[in-house]
Formats: sequence, structure tokens, C-alpha cells
Amino acid sequence: MGVKVQPMTTTVTRIALCTLDEIAVGLGRAFDVGGREVAVFRTRDGRALAVDGTCPHKGGPLADGMLIGEQVVCPLHAFRFDGTSGACDQESVCAVEAFSAEVRDGTIYVTVPLA
Amino acid sequence: MIRAPHRPKLVVIGNGMAGARFLEDVLAIDPGLFDITVFGDEPYGNYNRILLSNVLNGSQDAKEIFLNPLSWYDENGITLHAGKRVTRVDRAAKRVYADDFTADYDYLVFATGSKPFIPPIPGTPLHGVFAFRTLDDCRNIAEYALDCKTAVVIGGGLLGLEAAKGLMTHNVAVTVVEMAPWLMSVQLDEAGGKVLGQTIAKLGISARTGTVTKELIGHRRVTGVKFADGSEIPADMVVISAGIRPNAELARECGIVCDKAIVVDDQLRTSDPAVFGVGECVQHNGTIYGLVAPLWEQTKVLAKVLSSADATATYSGSKIATKLKVMGVELASMGRINDLQPTDEVVQFSEPGRDVYWKAIVRDGKLSAACLLGDLAPADDLMRMFHAGADAPSRRLELFFTAASAKKEVSLADLPDSHQICDCNGVCKGTIVQAIKAGKCTVPAVGKATRAGTGCGSCKKLVKGLIEAVAGGVRAEPSESWYVAAVPLDKPTLVAEVKARGLKSVSAVLRELGTADDEKSRNGLASMLKGIWGTEYIDERDSRFVNDRVHANIQKDGTFSVVPRIYGGITSADDLIKIGQVAKKYAVPMVKFTGGQRIDLLGIKKEDLPGVWTDLGMPSGHAYTKALRTVKTCVGTEFCRYGTNDSTGLGIDLEKRFQGFEFPAKVKLAVSGCPRNCAESTVKDVGVIATEGGEWEVSVGGAAGAHVRKTDVLCRVKTKDEALRVIGRFLIYYRDNAKWLERTYDFSPRIGIEKLREIIVDDSLGIGTQLDAEVEKTIAAYVDPWLERDKPAYAGQFDEPKRVPLPVL
Repeated sequence: MGVKVQPMTTTVTRIALCTLDEIAVGLGRAFDVGGREVAVFRTRDGRALAVDGTCPHKGGPLADGMLIGEQVVCPLHAFRFDGTSGACDQESVCAVEAFSAEVRDGTIYVTVPLA
Repeated sequence: MIRAPHRPKLVVIGNGMAGARFLEDVLAIDPGLFDITVFGDEPYGNYNRILLSNVLNGSQDAKEIFLNPLSWYDENGITLHAGKRVTRVDRAAKRVYADDFTADYDYLVFATGSKPFIPPIPGTPLHGVFAFRTLDDCRNIAEYALDCKTAVVIGGGLLGLEAAKGLMTHNVAVTVVEMAPWLMSVQLDEAGGKVLGQTIAKLGISARTGTVTKELIGHRRVTGVKFADGSEIPADMVVISAGIRPNAELARECGIVCDKAIVVDDQLRTSDPAVFGVGECVQHNGTIYGLVAPLWEQTKVLAKVLSSADATATYSGSKIATKLKVMGVELASMGRINDLQPTDEVVQFSEPGRDVYWKAIVRDGKLSAACLLGDLAPADDLMRMFHAGADAPSRRLELFFTAASAKKEVSLADLPDSHQICDCNGVCKGTIVQAIKAGKCTVPAVGKATRAGTGCGSCKKLVKGLIEAVAGGVRAEPSESWYVAAVPLDKPTLVAEVKARGLKSVSAVLRELGTADDEKSRNGLASMLKGIWGTEYIDERDSRFVNDRVHANIQKDGTFSVVPRIYGGITSADDLIKIGQVAKKYAVPMVKFTGGQRIDLLGIKKEDLPGVWTDLGMPSGHAYTKALRTVKTCVGTEFCRYGTNDSTGLGIDLEKRFQGFEFPAKVKLAVSGCPRNCAESTVKDVGVIATEGGEWEVSVGGAAGAHVRKTDVLCRVKTKDEALRVIGRFLIYYRDNAKWLERTYDFSPRIGIEKLREIIVDDSLGIGTQLDAEVEKTIAAYVDPWLERDKPAYAGQFDEPKRVPLPVL
């Protein structure tokens, strides 16, 4: 899994969020990482995906959405965002921020900007 | 038909898949060219041997697998001697001898196929020992299995496993015995064979590999099997599927050159220039083919040669590539996977969690062999590469994982016309497209015209796709009949498949039957599977919408609404006080009466839900899901001056009986105590109105939302119990036959109220007691979902966002 390229001026940090078992298979959980809302999903094949916690459309809680393949589906109006790139499947909607996430020794880590 | 006087006489020995296919190919070139006689060993028209296992496991009837019925031979002026065996060929006189008559030929074609190999061990003549090769074998096995508890299948190849699967459906405990160290040793390597072994073990079939059978024991009937290592296992019956041997004796006896089989040249000609051979009985360039695809290539060439349509046509051998389904496990195989040379490159991928195993062998820069098990995602690309002899990608991993493969499948439109869609019958895309353009716009019509999809059926999906692509817009969108978008099957077919395959989870259904994946389809499948399997249903929470995960209705700000169950809309002072106290304690921003006579607490945080439910101490009102919502009632005889019957009593009984029932869409009921209809029964999914004479009028299919529709009257009943029963039957029938999200106001007119009345009231299908039993089963499976407040079903179900501080630099 490639590490997302961050702007030069931003310092990023990798931080342990929880164990893999703290997220149910195929579902997401909401995190507050230093004041930033992050929705973290556990894919059916045991990987982790992390995106901004809020849908840019009407502010829906993405962690409550469903995960279809690698697409996070907002629970309010079913806008879909790619769990790796954050891109929305509809052209008129902006992407959500996606964060590099990985699972090591049963622990989920995400890389977020230190701001 | 006008017959030419001196047409050359063509005699075909063998009426199996090769013989009959050859005749079709000849007829396609010129139906009047030959005077044709065909001899078949079995007393039938020809049938699709590939589908025999379906007959054995009961998923297809014997008559469904016939390719050409006896009448087909008549219609085409072919003389068929079914059940007649050719005993001798006099090549000098160009004459064949059957039991009691002869036939002369100008050209003779051997299509005698092969026979099962019966290993030379003691005990094979015992009762209860079968080969598995013909329709009669299938019948005999199925009949004998009725009295059996244990069976041993000797041979762990494709046919052996199919036989084992067939026996499973007859409730027999099956052990498969294979001499090679792993199963399907032709198509798989050792690692793949082990994965397959594990997969079928989960289905309850045990396999003993690397095991040599020494003897079948028993007195008159077989009772057990003894192995070379001295061990024994009991067996009430034994099915031998230890490979096949070409039927070459007749050819050999008349002096035609044979090796392991009848030797033919590139024009399928034997050592006698007037005698030819096709199929499993011939050996071309040292190779005997045991699959159908090469056979199609051979018959086509031979038809061209004999008819002089292309007298120079040649057959240069077949590249063996096949997709199979063994016991529900998908498998693709191409080339010889166990032929590994020191200079070969091997690319392997395994995912034990999903029983997936892929292996490819690259020789001289080209794909020379591959096997794929469990997931065939790269199979089509690999097969194209294999058939075309194209260079393997220089980054070898791209054999399995191309950069775009996750996103984009090769679209049907992009495939060349020469791309083979139906591997069983060798039908290319171009042929199918032609048929569609000629007006064959259903899968069966295309099958009839081209054969595509009539073999194993695995390409039906593609055929359907082609029909949509080519004829799209001309006909009704086929997906309209599907239950959900991700599985291209209508509901009855889907339900039957799910039951036949024992698919108890959404992921299993999508894996086996799905063509896509989306949240709505998952929600719909989850609902359907729960209805089918009840307590056996494997509940995967990631197939549920958030409302169904936390049992409350999500609102625009991410909070939830809570509607406790208030049966029939009749509450009490104590319950109202409790609700008021909860509203205060949790500072509920809005408390509202709903249209269905309930109380809605809006704006509750997810983490407060368990507390709210505990403090309410009332069951879930299911106001958040596709289920029975509310039963609205009027006051009825208890207080109303006009009431003629006990509407509140019936309303409460209905709601207690059907609470928690899940449906393809929400279901609202109402009971009115007199024809004034104060509970608005005539715009509900099921409405009941008390009539003057003390009866209840039950009507269905009403709506008063975005869509307004008056209910259709189903029937009148005399008692409350009758009303409960007829409504229960309707609800289950709706549950089991409606498409996902199809409300009763669409379902009822779609089926038609007369037909519904026949089924529900008159029991014309004889399913009444079955529907009643489903009601009882569903009641028994009801658990108040709000009890998850005490024991969350999964980690973090009701948790607030977890706070993780960032380090300070």
C-alpha cells in the first residue's frame, strides 16, 4: 500500500488507532484523531481504509456507512467515496481526504497530518 | 424432403456428443448432401453428458439434458438406430453389421467415445457397484442410494467429484478415494489439490488421496472397500469414476490402425481413407482429448472435409482450457499444470482465507499452463492470452493483477467477435450477436439458436449481457425482473438457487451468484436470507444499513430516532410517564406522534441508544427498517358508539403476531371497527374493516404516501383467527415473492388480486399450510433487536467516536 504523498509543508505522523478486532469485519468506526474526524474501515480481507469522517455533501457520518469493495457509501444519500483515494463516484462532488492506513501485528495505524 | 437418388451414404457409429454434433455440423453445411445413418448404443436421442451430474443431484430432470430428441432425426431425414450396437465392419464391402441387419457406407465415421475404466480389482461385479457414465447409471445410482447411508467414490477427478456431489444430495455420507496424491490431479497441482480438498471437506465430503483401492468387499452386495495399506472402510455403495478408456475395439478388430485409441491424421482420417473418427475415441498427434471443446473443433473440420465445403480443412490439435464448477468451487485450467520444466517461470498466488489459489507457468515468455481455484477473476484474460499464444506481461504479476483489473473488467462490447463465450459448446461472440440481431432476445432463445449457455450454463450471464448490449432498449430491461441488481436472477430462481446451494450469508450469495455488489442489493439479500433460513441465517453485519445495525432511524445530523412498540396504538399512563422521563433524561430535542399512532423520540445520539431502550423497557417498534411497522386502529366496540367489532383487539393481536417480520419493503397495517374506516384501512398494505354482519373485510395493496392507492379486497372472514391466518399467508407470500423494495401497492397489481385471492384464500397452489408454517417459524425466530443494548453484536456497535490524541512535537 503506497503512502499518500502529502504537501511539503505538512508534517505527518503515523499513529496507532486501535486493534483490528475493535472494528467489525466490513464495517467502519469513527475516530477523533487530535480533533480530526476520521472514519476507519476494516475490509473483508483484513485491511484498513481511512477517510475523512464527514461526507462533503450534507455532512453525513461516513463511519456509519457501508463498505462496498473499497467504496465507502454515505448513510444519508449514498454518495460513494473510494477508501484509498477519497475520490467520489459522482463528478459534481468533491473528494474526501483519504489517509494512508495499514495493519501491522493486528494493530491499525493511520498516517495523518500534524496540524 | 426431396431426396437425391444417389447421395453418398454416410454412416456414423456413435450418437453421443461427438456423433450428434458432427451430424449437426454436416447438416449446417448442406442438409441434403448425404444419406445419413447413425447407430447409438443407448436407446435415446443424444444428451449432454456434461450435465449428468445435475440429473444425479436432482437439479435437472433427465429430459432437460437431451440435446436432440428422437424427432430431430426424423425431421432431418436421418436414420437413427438407437440401442443398436454395430458388431462388425467389413471395410472391403464398405458395410457395417448390427445385431440383425446391415448398412452400407461410402464414408464411415467412428464417434464411439469412451467407456469408464473399471480397475482390475476383486469385487467390482457386486451389487451396489456402479460406473458413472450414462443416463442409466445416473438412474441406477439414484435408486440404489435410497437405501444407503455410506458411499465410496473411487476416483477424485472431475467426474468422481461430481458423482460425490450428486450422492450428497441423496443424504449419503461420501468418501472420495484418489490414487494420486491430490484431487483433480490433471487440472490442479499439489497445492491447488489441497485447497480443493479443504473446500470440499467443508461441504462434508471426506477425501482419501494417495490411496490405492485393493478390493471391494461384500457377499452379494458391496459392504466395504479395502485399501492397499490394509485399512478398510464401510460402504453401502461404490461409484467407480477412475477415468475413461477409448472405445477402439471395433476399429481395431476391422484392422484400422490404433494405438491407445483410433489414430487419425489432421483431417480426422484413419488408416482407411473412407473411414474417419472424432471425439474421445481418437488419438490425434499422440493426444486423446476427454473434454468437449476439442471435440467441437474436430467435428467442424471433419464436416468441412467430408462435405468438400473446405476439402483442405485441417485440425492441428486443441489447446485445452476449461472453466469448471466442482461442488460449487470455481476452477479454471489451461495447459498441463503438472508439466514443469527447469527453465519455466512459475507465478503463484494463494489466499487461504477465501480458499483461493492461482498458479501460472510461463515458458519461453508465453503462458503455457495455469490453474485458478476459488476465484476466477483473471481467468478470462489468461485464457485469451493462452489461446492467442500471446507474450506474457513482462511484469509477471500482471498475469493476475493488472493495474486496472480491480476497476474495469473487459467490457463485452470490447471483445472480438471471435472470442469464445460458451466454452462447453464452442460458441463465439459473433455467432451469438448474429442470433440476437435475428430477434433471439432471451437467454433460452439464444441457446436454442446457437447452443450457447446450454452446457454447464456458466456463460448465461455473458449471454444475458450480450442481449442487453445488442438489443438493449428494444426489449424490457431483463434486470427489472431481478430481485436485486447485483444478482441477475428473478426471485423464485434466486430463492431456489440459494436453497439448492445452501447459501446462508450475503457474501456467499454474492460470491456464487452475484455479478456486482452494492449496498441496496446487500440489504435486500440480507432480508431475504433471514426469511429463508431463519435461525440458520449467517448474519453479516456489513450487509446491513446503519439503521439495521443500530436498530434506529438515522437523521440528517447523524442522530437517531427511537419509536418504541405500542401495540395497536394503545398505551397507558405508566408507559407515557416512562417515555416522558426518558425524553427528559436524554434531553430529547423532539417528541412527536407519528402517522401510525406511535411516539417518536428524535435526535438521540448513537451512544445513548442502549440507555434509552433500557429506560423505556419497551420493545423495538421497527420504525427504521423494511419490516412490519405499525398496526393502526380505531377505538372499536370498546368505546365507540358505532363500532361493530373489536378493532383494537385484532390490531393488538396482529401486531404481537407479526412484530419483527421482515419484508422486501415496509408494511403498514390498520384495523377499523366499522365501515367509517377511521383507521384509514383502505390505504394500508393490509387493511381490515369490520362489516355490519360481524365479519372482517381484508384488503391489500393500499398506499397513502408519494403514491396513493386504494386497497383491493382480498376476502371476508368471520373470525379474528381467520383474519390472522389469511393475513399471515398474504404477508409470507408477499415476503417470498416480491422484489426488493417492492411495496404491496406494486406487488398486488403485478400479481393481480384475482390470482392472489386464488393463492391466498382458495389455496390453489396448495401452499397454504406451508405459508402457515412459515408464519410460525418466523414468529419463533423473533428476537427484540433492542436486547442488543445489553450485549452489543459487534465491537463498537453503539460507541461514540474513539478519541486518539496526537503526539506533541
